[in-house]
Amino acid sequence: MKPAPFDYLRAASAEEALAALAEHGDEARILAGGQSLMPMLNMRLLQPRIIVDVSAIAELGKIDARDGHLAVGASVTQSGLMASSDLATRSPLLAGALPWVGHFQTRNRGTVCGSVAHADPSAEIPLCLVALEGEVVLRSARRRRTVVAETFFIGPLTTLRKPDEMIEAVRFRLPKPGAGHAFREVAMRHGDFAITACAAVVDADRIRLAVGGVGDRPVARNWPILKGDALDDALNAFAWELGGDDDQHATARYRRDLVRRVGRLVIEEARSCQA
Amino acid sequence: MPSLNAQTKHPVTITLNDGTRTGHASPRMLLSDFLRHELGAHGTKVGCEHGVCGACTIRLDGVAARACLTLAVQADGRRVDTVEGLAPDGRMTTLQDAFNRHHALQCGFCTAGILMSLSDYLERVPKPTETELRDMLSGHLCRCTGYAGIVRAVMDVTGQASGNADAKDASGRKEPGHV
Repeated sequence: MKPAPFDYLRAASAEEALAALAEHGDEARILAGGQSLMPMLNMRLLQPRIIVDVSAIAELGKIDARDGHLAVGASVTQSGLMASSDLATRSPLLAGALPWVGHFQTRNRGTVCGSVAHADPSAEIPLCLVALEGEVVLRSARRRRTVVAETFFIGPLTTLRKPDEMIEAVRFRLPKPGAGHAFREVAMRHGDFAITACAAVVDADRIRLAVGGVGDRPVARNWPILKGDALDDALNAFAWELGGDDDQHATARYRRDLVRRVGRLVIEEARSCQA
Repeated sequence: MPSLNAQTKHPVTITLNDGTRTGHASPRMLLSDFLRHELGAHGTKVGCEHGVCGACTIRLDGVAARACLTLAVQADGRRVDTVEGLAPDGRMTTLQDAFNRHHALQCGFCTAGILMSLSDYLERVPKPTETELRDMLSGHLCRCTGYAGIVRAVMDVTGQASGNADAKDASGRKEPGHV
């Protein structure tokens, strides 16, 4: 499996990368870590005319906590975020979820923004971004806009990104004081794509549960603080709303059951670690 | 910087295991193919070519990575370490030696990648628990050993548990290979 031919541009600045996107539109693809794009190229599911490599752009390699968000730049790797200072306090949910993203060897190159751009419905990072009510910062040569994560993902491998835009950064909301977070997933093997993944954020008056791997994108629901049967009923209704599909790994019914059971587990776990 | 044309081969210079090597690659050439076909460094194996099997794992600027998910032109000017660099004077490293003693390989196809992952990982986590180690090994497919010998070899070189001559496996049998 070898990629079809393409031109290659190692962009020295974001402006240079954006100029190439403006020129080539959807015939161009951004390459950051390559852990999703390169398999797509090798399998020839994508055959772009030009690859724009942004991995060497220093200004895109920043991790900043400000304005209530943890902003992660386009060239920050998953390993880089895992090793960043205070991740456990700045984002306990990401600290819990990142070890489930691929493997040690792929996290070393795979980027946080790249996973969001790829938009696999079962991927952990898009799920966390939705759970944490995050935002995607899109930039083109003409403008910069910010899109709420929940509306950014519109289907499998499909997002609101326009062909001349790149994800400049993603912004995860910093934890509210007293909130509890939990992440769990069920996969055939650790590092495989999740059959179902759940992320919960519980604070004083709200439960937020996000689910990946069941719908065609990560989906979240907010509830007041429910317990017992009321929580089970809410989870059951959510599972049926998500529906899910049968595939070679699991039936839709099994996926819905995971939403009920793993959903409840993460909510209880998040509640138990509320400060 | 101008873009590199798809139809042209471009010079790519890397530091390969302490030596400077130059070859030529079109933009679509994978680093795994560049190492093998252009530089003749056949130690790095190519399995699935989509990042799953781990056979092609090398170190890029010291960091374990899949060579099949890296373009050769991306490696230009950077350092690449492959399995050939582990034993420069022909003597195996302690880890390679432990792989030998513990039967951590049979066909050997996955071994180069696993050794390169471990050479990075053990610098970061010098004494992994068995759970941590198995988690890291989940990034490699080995269909011969069931990973048991690999785990034993690493536990041995990190000075933990079951590495000695009377090592036993989980069932209490004496470890095969120690005679």
